[in-house]
Amino acid sequence: MNLLADALSWLADPSHWQGSGGIPLRIGQHLLLTALALVIASIIALPAGALLGRTRSGGAVIGAVAGSARALSTIGVLTLVGLWLGIGIGPPLVALVVLAVPSLLAGAYSGVQSVSGEVTAASRAIGMSSAQVIRRVELPLALPVIVGGARAAALQVVATATLAAYTADVGLGRYLFTGLKTQDYGQMLAGSILVILLAIILELAFAALQRLAARHAAPHSTPALSSRRTSS
Amino acid sequence: MTKKNLLRFGSVLGIAVLGAGALAACSSADPLDNNSGGSDEPESGGSIVVGSQDYYSNEIIAEIYAQALEAGGYDVDRQMRIGQREVYMPEIEDGKIDLFPEYTGNLLQYLDADATATESQEVYDALAEAMPEGVRVLEQSEASDQDSYVVTKEFAEANDLTSIGDLAGIDGLTLGGNSELEVRPYGPEGLKSVYGVDVAFTPIEDSGGPLTVKALMDDQVQLVDLYTANPVLAGGDLVVLEDPEALFLASQVVPLASDAVDDEAAAIIDEVSAALTAEDLVALNARSVDEEAAAPTIAADWLAEEDLA
Amino acid sequence: MSWLAQNWEQVVSLAGDHLALSLPAIALSILVAVPLGRFAQRRPRLGGPLTSAAALLYAIPALPMLIVVPVLLGVPLRSNANMIITLAAYGTALLVRSVVDGFGSVDRTVRESATAIGYSPIGMFWRVDLPLALPVILAGVRVVTVSTISLATIGALVGIGNLGSLLTDGFQRGITSEVLVGILATAILALALDGLLLIVGRALAPWRRVRA
Repeated sequence: MNLLADALSWLADPSHWQGSGGIPLRIGQHLLLTALALVIASIIALPAGALLGRTRSGGAVIGAVAGSARALSTIGVLTLVGLWLGIGIGPPLVALVVLAVPSLLAGAYSGVQSVSGEVTAASRAIGMSSAQVIRRVELPLALPVIVGGARAAALQVVATATLAAYTADVGLGRYLFTGLKTQDYGQMLAGSILVILLAIILELAFAALQRLAARHAAPHSTPALSSRRTSS
Repeated sequence: MTKKNLLRFGSVLGIAVLGAGALAACSSADPLDNNSGGSDEPESGGSIVVGSQDYYSNEIIAEIYAQALEAGGYDVDRQMRIGQREVYMPEIEDGKIDLFPEYTGNLLQYLDADATATESQEVYDALAEAMPEGVRVLEQSEASDQDSYVVTKEFAEANDLTSIGDLAGIDGLTLGGNSELEVRPYGPEGLKSVYGVDVAFTPIEDSGGPLTVKALMDDQVQLVDLYTANPVLAGGDLVVLEDPEALFLASQVVPLASDAVDDEAAAIIDEVSAALTAEDLVALNARSVDEEAAAPTIAADWLAEEDLA
Repeated sequence: MSWLAQNWEQVVSLAGDHLALSLPAIALSILVAVPLGRFAQRRPRLGGPLTSAAALLYAIPALPMLIVVPVLLGVPLRSNANMIITLAAYGTALLVRSVVDGFGSVDRTVRESATAIGYSPIGMFWRVDLPLALPVILAGVRVVTVSTISLATIGALVGIGNLGSLLTDGFQRGITSEVLVGILATAILALALDGLLLIVGRALAPWRRVRA
């Protein structure tokens, strides 16, 4: 029997779509966890990146912090925090936040950095206050790149949120672990397919968001701005 | 969606579907069936390949086997911490691993999910029959490391519990254990049908490790499945519930051996098995967890004590 | 750290295994991503979706990938080849966009001048495009290097020995210091290689500062 066929028949089974272990609920949990991790990571990374973006030598700091966070293996953080906190979504959440921070940090930094000093100076010159400059000039101009960073982070988090199932009964990772442990590889592949579909949807959503931000930032310019991407 | 976006979505999906198609074309029902593939590991000439599960206790036993064989003049190639049964059983069957410590009850359930034997000798005999071609079981040891249901001492005293059946009628019980426990005959279904106990289930993927114990101590779950050789059971805070109806199969340490293990080598291992008591195994595990000693050290010390090396 | 004192030889040996898995994977990622990215950059209509699809490889959770790759390619599950291919897949997914951006950043006028002088397409690639794209590509390679070394720890879940084994073993036995050593050793390895690449980048392209 074909592995893919097993997975598809698992997905087609209506009983898998109902109840507390059902697919819709798991997708919801998965998205919620992803969103939570991204929000927390943004709260940490975006202000820091933006602030550093305004200075000259922030680049080295960003590189160091982002690189170090990236070097921490996700299951390592999960294991360590797990030993400390026990079961629940705490450990995966911490691990996912650590995972998301580098891309968001780099995005915020690059975005703010790319706003040229002349534009800021010109805005000041026509009488905008500091707050107005940030809100109406720098932020909109930096937004496409920041959204690009969020896009990269979202992709990594949604794929890795499967690890949450190691310590908590949440998310699509449940299908992966249960499938692996009970040798039900159809289930495991089905869970993976769902994660991939979720990732595609998120990718497209963020891409649209990025284009929207680019159009808002420079309504009359060419798509050059929208094709800017930060390295993840 | 604009036409351009639609085209983009379509192309991405198309490429993804092509990829999935490639998957469909090449996949077989058992992704771990590596009869067709070669192995990275070279076929060792006259040496015996000893393997272990990804479980520290199992690794200690495998080390004991390895060192005992080396003392007997054999060449040993160690492949420790391989992973789960799905990963190493095919390798044993293929002859890539020669000697492997296993557990009678759990292995029997893996090989024959419908097995009904529960008593020690029954299980051993059923297992011997169920072994695939080219692999045999040597003598089983007294040492056991089987699943058991455990509650905290507090909980046991508060509810007057000595056996699993005493749990019947208590509301709000949650069982914590590996995800496969949910579908095992001795899981929630078995608890209900054999003892009349209702439990909710929370998956905790560490096979009775620190997460499971912590969840129990924190009262996030009231009942857990721990292995009997777990040193934490010797601590005094936990109570193993008795299993008079034999929900759990007896599961004792037993070496799996391929044809490459000759009679002389088998005799050495049988001596080891005979010497390994249940208390010994718990003590060995305790050394690993509490003293943080390494498996080879623990194995060497035990063999020296038992005068087998 | 009593654990470390008793077991440091094992740590060193596992670090060696870890590198033996990561380095070929990184090299493979580069070998695949550079031609792929170049093609995508030259043919944007096909290249756009291709880049997106490659990036989506990253969305495939690691554990199923490790199980599916042996099925597709016939390598044994518990083999270095399996791990290397899986890591390379993720590395390529990360790297392709950097390559596209890198080649895209080469100034058109420079290329036109080069053509005018008489460079062949191959000469163009090796002597003009690649050197000028290098800083951006190298930034991507640094990210891939760190990510690959960090991700390789997953191999411990299927019995492929590396520094990740310290995580699973430490976790089972509740030895926090072992887990810490696992995390730190991996991080140190990753950052050391990252630093090395930074130096290499500066040496190869001194006219452009390499951004993180």
